[in-house]
Amino acid sequence: MIRVELPSHLRTLAKVNGEVRLEVAAPVTQRAVLDALEAQYPALRGTIRDHVTLKRRAFLRFFACEEDLSHESPDTPLPEAVASGKEPFLIIGAVAGG
Amino acid sequence: MSKVRVLVGTRKGAFILSSDGKRQNWEVSGPHFAGWEIYHMKGSPVDPNRIYVSQTSGWFGQIIQRSDDGGKTWTTPGGGVETGPDGFPKGQSNKFVYDTSNKGKPLTTHQWYDGTQHPWEFKRVWHLEPSLKDPDTVYAGVEDAALFQSKDGGHSWQELPGLRGHGTGPKWQPGAGGMCLHTIILDPKNPGRIYIAISAAGAFRTDDGGETWKPINRGLHSQFIPDPRAEVGHCVHHVAMHPSRPNTLFMQKHWDVMRSDDAGDNWTEVSGNLPTDFGFVIDVHAHEPETIYVVPIKSDGEHYVHEGKLRVYRSRSGGNEWEPLTKGLPQKDCYVNVLRDAMAVDSLDKCGIYFGTTGGQVYASADAGDSWMPIVRDLPAVLSVEVQTLS
Repeated sequence: MIRVELPSHLRTLAKVNGEVRLEVAAPVTQRAVLDALEAQYPALRGTIRDHVTLKRRAFLRFFACEEDLSHESPDTPLPEAVASGKEPFLIIGAVAGG
Repeated sequence: MSKVRVLVGTRKGAFILSSDGKRQNWEVSGPHFAGWEIYHMKGSPVDPNRIYVSQTSGWFGQIIQRSDDGGKTWTTPGGGVETGPDGFPKGQSNKFVYDTSNKGKPLTTHQWYDGTQHPWEFKRVWHLEPSLKDPDTVYAGVEDAALFQSKDGGHSWQELPGLRGHGTGPKWQPGAGGMCLHTIILDPKNPGRIYIAISAAGAFRTDDGGETWKPINRGLHSQFIPDPRAEVGHCVHHVAMHPSRPNTLFMQKHWDVMRSDDAGDNWTEVSGNLPTDFGFVIDVHAHEPETIYVVPIKSDGEHYVHEGKLRVYRSRSGGNEWEPLTKGLPQKDCYVNVLRDAMAVDSLDKCGIYFGTTGGQVYASADAGDSWMPIVRDLPAVLSVEVQTLS
């Protein structure tokens, strides 16, 4: 079970409280997590990555295990601690955004 | 008894202000979509309980919200888990993708601030214009400038690419607020005719429902483009029309207040005795098609009202002769702006006029502008104001 933390505005939009939990088959990558997130919460499509290019939106960052994963390839496996559910995958709004 | 509902979009959420026909006591609902920029919200003239909202954010992009009960509850059309024919969830309501068919594809760049060419990039929806006949049909004017249409209540959006692709796009350029399509006017007497306006490109008209478009800017004069009388490139801020006279248009350009009596084919200046003819809003009295309203702003470099006085100017002669309306409005130390979509009128017997400011005030006049009162004083900066007159 993958744990995902969303910014508060996206929690409101997705109508969820707290962490989101997702079933993601291995290999657990950014792309696989975001695909699963958008499948479970379609209202989030386009809010984290572009509809067409699927690139991360400029003012969002991806963190996990105290590392900035924003510039990793979307197909790079995420840390084992994220894949095992020990640590959450964090989607963070950049301070400068908006 | 009649009621009015004022739909207010702000930098940090939406508010709904409601009153009976006297328009003296108001109920305030909101913030809806707290923390998001609400560029525009507008109700369907066919079904007033159907309200569309443009909810946008620099972080998260564009969301379309919809209410079917007059703003009590909201849904993101297509935002629920629905499986499409390809097996994937739909989630289409916030998807605005430029048409890359033959009509849209040849035009892939516009002019950037520095004069170089720049690709079209979707940023946000500035204006939503529900159809006059079908509550499920709604038009969206977007930045970078293009016109989209939904025929399924906001679930999915398709560009009307004939506008962006009609040929002059490389000469369009962003104004200070971006390259936005901010005005959409549907002709109530001619279903095929739509007027739109873009900052900074100008006004355009289609007579075939959006298939083909032509610039309608003859008579406009703008010093900031190499040829001040060019066919396109003008920074039109807003256009208004009275539904009984759809061939007569009133325009607040960057500088200059203009009018056309031939559906935009030719424009003449009607700034007359205004203290400054820079501004953003313009609107028409609900029952007097020659009575128009503007709020003069000091200059393009100083986006606040002239002389520290918040004054609405009214012309009862379709322009040229203007009178200041000040009763109830601050007349000293006031430095707010009134943005282009932030004025509206109701259609009660004694026409109500409403506008919102960047200082967060929403003012109402229940006597066609003779006197004003603030409905609210301390909202976030107001981006848009629309009014629904309810029976």
